[in-house]
Amino acid sequence: MNNLRSRLAATPYLAWMIIFMVVPLALIVVFAFTTTVPCDAEGNILTDEEAYLIQEEETLIWEEQGTPEEERVSAVSEKTIFTVQNILEVNKYMPTMLSSIWMALVATVICLLIGYPLAYMISRMHFVSQKMMLMLVMLPMWMNFLLRTYAWMTLLERNGLINRFLGLFGVGPFNMINTQGAVILGMIYNYLPFMILPLYSVMTKIENTTIEAAQDLGANRLTVMWRVVVPLSVPGINSGITAVFIPSVSTFIISRMLGGGTNMLIGDLIDLQFLGNAYNPNLGSAISLVLMVFILLCMSITNAFDMEDKEGGMLL
Amino acid sequence: MMKRMFALFLALMILTALAIPASADDGLPAYAADYDWDRLAGSNITLNVYNWGEYVSVDDGEEDSFDTIAEFEALTGIKVNYTNFASNEELYAKLKNGGSSYDIIIPSDYMIARMINEGMLETLNMDNIPNIKHLDPSFLGREYDPNDRYSVAYMWGTVGIIYNTTLVDPEDDVETWDILWNEKYAGDILMFSNSRDAFGIALKKLGYSFNTTDEDELNAAAEALKEQKLLVQAYVMDEIFDKMGGGEAALAPYYAGDAVTMIAENPDLSFAVPKEGTNLYVDAMCIPKGAKNKEAAEMFINFMCEPKVGVYNCNYIGYSTPSAAVREYLDAEIVENPIAYPADEVLDKAEVYLALPDATTKHIDNLWTEVLGTTGSSPWMVPAMMVVCVGASAGINVWRGQKKRKNGE
Amino acid sequence: MRKLTNRIYIGLVFLFLYIPIFVLIANSFNASKSRTVWTGFTFDWYVKLFHNETILGSLLNTLIIALVASVAATLLGTLAAIGIYNMKKVTRTIVMNISYLPIINPEIVTGVSLMLLFVAMKIELGYVTLILAHITFCVPYVILNVLPKLRQMDRNLYEAALDLGCTPTLAFRKVVIPEIMPGIMTGFLMSITYSIDDFVISYFTHGATSQTLPITIFSMTRRKVSPEVNALSAILFVVILAIMIIMNVSEMRKLPEDQRRRAAKAAKKGGRA
Repeated sequence: MNNLRSRLAATPYLAWMIIFMVVPLALIVVFAFTTTVPCDAEGNILTDEEAYLIQEEETLIWEEQGTPEEERVSAVSEKTIFTVQNILEVNKYMPTMLSSIWMALVATVICLLIGYPLAYMISRMHFVSQKMMLMLVMLPMWMNFLLRTYAWMTLLERNGLINRFLGLFGVGPFNMINTQGAVILGMIYNYLPFMILPLYSVMTKIENTTIEAAQDLGANRLTVMWRVVVPLSVPGINSGITAVFIPSVSTFIISRMLGGGTNMLIGDLIDLQFLGNAYNPNLGSAISLVLMVFILLCMSITNAFDMEDKEGGMLL
Repeated sequence: MMKRMFALFLALMILTALAIPASADDGLPAYAADYDWDRLAGSNITLNVYNWGEYVSVDDGEEDSFDTIAEFEALTGIKVNYTNFASNEELYAKLKNGGSSYDIIIPSDYMIARMINEGMLETLNMDNIPNIKHLDPSFLGREYDPNDRYSVAYMWGTVGIIYNTTLVDPEDDVETWDILWNEKYAGDILMFSNSRDAFGIALKKLGYSFNTTDEDELNAAAEALKEQKLLVQAYVMDEIFDKMGGGEAALAPYYAGDAVTMIAENPDLSFAVPKEGTNLYVDAMCIPKGAKNKEAAEMFINFMCEPKVGVYNCNYIGYSTPSAAVREYLDAEIVENPIAYPADEVLDKAEVYLALPDATTKHIDNLWTEVLGTTGSSPWMVPAMMVVCVGASAGINVWRGQKKRKNGE
Repeated sequence: MRKLTNRIYIGLVFLFLYIPIFVLIANSFNASKSRTVWTGFTFDWYVKLFHNETILGSLLNTLIIALVASVAATLLGTLAAIGIYNMKKVTRTIVMNISYLPIINPEIVTGVSLMLLFVAMKIELGYVTLILAHITFCVPYVILNVLPKLRQMDRNLYEAALDLGCTPTLAFRKVVIPEIMPGIMTGFLMSITYSIDDFVISYFTHGATSQTLPITIFSMTRRKVSPEVNALSAILFVVILAIMIIMNVSEMRKLPEDQRRRAAKAAKKGGRA
């Protein structure tokens, strides 16, 4: 298999990825740095008011002369020019971006706190139970996530199931839907399995003998956890954090369904510019670009961590 | 598993094919006999209809229900692929993006004018739409399409405030847009999620015209909307049916026709038209440029203008009809309902949305993104973020330092 | 005592994971359309589901797209994995980085960028664009599943087959393919799963005629999700549960006796720790 032919086997794939992944991302960059402006027949850029006046005038003349629709050719056309305006405009949405990052961070941390003990418990279980538990963790992911999020709406609403239940004891009703908390809850719910699975797959490789050795050498339970299990599971923590944080920070459905449009995230901003109520693909691309750069930054940070800890792991 | 799924599917398809809707005798005029309805049957046409949610009669399992789309398919032998949009702006974005081809769209007046300006609509061949004669003359030659070349009116209505009588203090005046800014109802207010209606309400509240191009007035409206955001529970379109119906909110501005439907379902709800004046809109059927089946689309428009179809649609969706013929056959109860057919004094004060110059539309879109994107709710968030960042970087550094020391040992 | 707290903890997490699903399934039997008021038990929604052309049509679309995209992605990905396996380190790193792009790139950005591409290429949004988009985000998962299997494979087996007179193609088919088959299958199944469940990328790349089930559900969530969809997801849930149980049981059976004993022993020790 060491011949040239098999090395070429990846060519169709490479071509595919360049066309459908690299080129589209390049398009995002192009859109982010361009804008369309009106211009006259000679290609001189007009302000919006100038273009509007010319068009008004033209229409008047056409109406007067009774020019048929097909022959009406406006002197005003459109032109795409380079601009950094879109990127600068993203600045205005800094609060939204920060709050997205903040909410995604909170969700990630809570997922880690919930998922870590669970993954550890599962990894120490009887082999058959491990399989069972994993299946139970994955099963909800097979249900459509829109429907699951919608079910949370049913639970969290003012007249929803939770408030009805609490009402039986004379507590509430609480305002839960359309708050930041609800959005964070949605993120945790939807992405918790993404945290548990990588953690489990790393922890299941930790031999019980390693833990026993530490115990025999006099380490108590906490020390074992902190000095043995946690360092060994860093790769899992890393991929779990990435797997939860990235979809959380860029989601737009969870915030729309559970946040009611009052708690916008970066994803909502992008959707708003492409298929939503404020059409402006150039601004949308600029926001996407900023999001991409930010995530790249995060990835390089977690990667750096990973490298360092592999060395650290060897030291232990 | 796949194979079995497919077998199941085939079985289902056969089942559905057998369930042809039976139409009962309803005393309504039959479809125009002199129109060649099935001339396109058998040419394997699929018509892509893009409409607002809940905007035609569907089979809801009731005794005398009427499925408009199925009825059209049965009459003409043309298959319809029916999908929904939630607002004019969404429709515009979807079409402007390009890539998808629709045969029928039903935008509102101002959006039609904008689309005409941008060359996004086909001119209609009125020979294929003789039923335009049923339209009330007052719905012909309106400002958005002065020569009736691009559109045929489908429904009209006004915007008002839907409120839950059990949640709103009877002392409070609901006949004003100001109530949507009343702090007493913080967290109990729903608001339009589309820019034109939201800005329209803010502008009217401030006493300006819906169609202002004055930047200062628009900026003031945006400020008002930002202020209101602290009180708003959610920005919605069709979600309003569920939320108002379930008593999740107290107040919401929405379209009169939908108010009729909602009140029928939840008697606690009521409807008020603010005295500052409101918006009068017409939604009309158009064919977007590049439609693949123009003649079939015109046939669809003609079908929608049939009195019988109009009556069923009006009964189902609650909107007001622009068709004189349909109005004749509607129940008195509906025609006399002041929500759907308001008195002249209300209509006199109502203002129509006009197409705005590009610059103004762009400005509004930017302001709207800003309004929605401003998170005013948690001022502690930015400082908290800073603390987390500083903490994280300090943590990393300490960790690294420890590692280094260990390495040194 | 400690075991009990563990159990309670696990129970609580699973309660959290399953509450919405119980709500969903319960609502599929609720006589009223209301989501929060129980008015009686009914099978009506299941009957109505089989008459709802919109839901069934989009389910069919979803299945067709998932099947076509996964088969294509599996072929493309398996070939790619073989190519990558034979690459020099530097090229391999570059190619693998490109492969990670669709995985780490936020879905919404992938969706939006593909939409821009399809519009720029003047491809009408519809089945074709959906399938192209789905292949794109599925291939990396196939590669990530096949590559480890290739690494585990004993290279000498292939060489031996060649020495024994096999042509490279035959050796490939008889030796390499069976070795990496489990990876290919996992990749294929993962692709199908991701494709069926995908909403975000489909949302940006679907056209007028190609509504997939998640997109239909999305437009329903704006007004009110009809209980028929709940019925459909309840059916799917039961089917998937059954498949998973069958798969697990058969895997257990396949496990040689001594291995099972060893696993049990290890687990017992784990329990102590």
